[in-house]
Amino acid sequence: MSATTVDIDRATTPTDVVVRLCGVTKSFGDKRVLDGIDLDIAPGEFVALLGPSGTGKTTLLRLLSGLQRPDAGTVLVPPVRTVVYQEPRLVQARRVLANVTIGQRGKPAREPGLAALTEVGLADKAREWPATLSGGEAQRVALARALVRQPQLLLLDEPFAALDALTRLQMQELVADLCARHRPAVLLVTHDVDEALLLADRVIVLRAGGFALDRRIDLPHPRDRDDPAVVAHRRDHLSALGVTPRHSPQEH
Amino acid sequence: MTAASVLLAPALEAPEFLGAKTRNRWLSLLLRGSVPALVLVAWWYTTTHGLVSTEVLASPGQVVQAFWELVNTGQLWEFGLASFQRAGLGVAIGVSAALVLGLVSGLSRLGEELVDATVQIIRVVPFLALVPLFISWFGVDEAFKVALIAVSSASPMYAYTYLGVRSVDRKVVEAARGFGLRGWRLAVGVVVPSALPNILMALRICLGISLVGLIAAEQVGATAGIGYLVTLAQQYYRNDYMVLCIVIYALIGIGVDLVIRLVERTAMPWLRHGTATA
Ligand SMILES: Nc1ncnc2c1ncn2[C@@H]1O[C@H](COP(=O)(O)OP(=O)(O)O)[C@@H](O)[C@H]1O
Ligand SMILES: [Mg+2]
Repeated sequence: MSATTVDIDRATTPTDVVVRLCGVTKSFGDKRVLDGIDLDIAPGEFVALLGPSGTGKTTLLRLLSGLQRPDAGTVLVPPVRTVVYQEPRLVQARRVLANVTIGQRGKPAREPGLAALTEVGLADKAREWPATLSGGEAQRVALARALVRQPQLLLLDEPFAALDALTRLQMQELVADLCARHRPAVLLVTHDVDEALLLADRVIVLRAGGFALDRRIDLPHPRDRDDPAVVAHRRDHLSALGVTPRHSPQEH
Repeated sequence: MTAASVLLAPALEAPEFLGAKTRNRWLSLLLRGSVPALVLVAWWYTTTHGLVSTEVLASPGQVVQAFWELVNTGQLWEFGLASFQRAGLGVAIGVSAALVLGLVSGLSRLGEELVDATVQIIRVVPFLALVPLFISWFGVDEAFKVALIAVSSASPMYAYTYLGVRSVDRKVVEAARGFGLRGWRLAVGVVVPSALPNILMALRICLGISLVGLIAAEQVGATAGIGYLVTLAQQYYRNDYMVLCIVIYALIGIGVDLVIRLVERTAMPWLRHGTATA
């Protein structure tokens, strides 16, 4: 294991992981975006992957969802994994419920589909067309679509980035709630340190092709962004990202 | 009111409405019909007042008379039915074959490599150039006519289907793959519905082209059909029949348009919902 990951407590045995990356390398042209990444994720663990734009967060996620192949190294993932993208990516020609149950066969998919829509608070939109939804609603449908197949691994690629601040807060709570209930392993890609610190059990900073920081956040939920422990974590993560905050919120 | 607010507050006004305006249905219908109606009046006026000789252009009255002649001899139904069967069968065969080919080459790389170049080459051949060849293969009977119409309607359907499949949002297709849709289920569940506007547009064009096919096909070996009617009018130099043919084609055009509009409304309900921003 590389030196960057010693920070975390590795209680997990090889049989007890849902994701295992070993020496994963990916280049585009002569730009090495991921350089020998090692990563284990335990069942039910909520991992946030932080990094500035263009550092390869999406690339890592696409490797995990099989949309891209690594140049070197191994990628091991569980059989059931789903993705929520930055945009909802709904099929405009199918109704909301059909979008949620997409790829699942026949009538039996209906009930779980409705249940998932109820969980995201959109049961009454089941018969609507995607074009009638607001951005936040469409993204909740995308979340329901990802949850309905009870994934062992849920991949979230900046799912809140395109939402307004208020909707984003509501969505973050919803995701925290649903993940606490269904306990999939989660890899949340984000560039928002606060979001990562509010939601995740473990926060990883991706920088220059490797992990600059990989830290467990052992704080109870729900978290307060002004909690001194959170503030301390924020400072460390920001400095790992190469940002030196001039003053933290406490010093106002 | 303070002096500052007098100076600073500009006159407010309601914003100009930039959204889609809803129109009165009846006014819209009236306007739509007004231009064809004007043309009809001009036709009627010029031919009945001697401005245009009825040798050159039969008057509306003469055309209506010719129409009744056809109705009374029962030929209108006979001709209509004969042509309808030929066109229906030909379009059905041509369209379904082209739909499958278009989907195959739009959906898979291998399919595109195998199908697209070949079809694009064949597509450029004017189907009327196939008439002599088809006659020598199929004779002058029904098989020849159906085959000609099938070929004529296949190429637009192929081109539009291929285009439609290619322009389906790749991000949505990628997401659908991620949720386990593959092969024909991906095609039926996501790609075809999303490409439906293109496919229906192709159907419109195919039905139009099949009329051209009918005229060509019914010039030989036919004793019935609306294409045969054109031949008849030409042989007997009946100007009223010539014009009647045009009127019949125009009516068929209106009919096809109405049917396709109806299909569009029922088959693509999502287009009538939602806003431009979503
Ligand atoms: N398909 C591709 N072809 C070429 N370069 C790519 C491709 N995908 C990503 N990249 C490059 O890899 C880098 C990382 O991209 P990405 O993973 O999308 O970053 P992030 O999601 O962290 O913002 C960027 O510099 C991007 O330009
Ligand atoms: Mg990204």
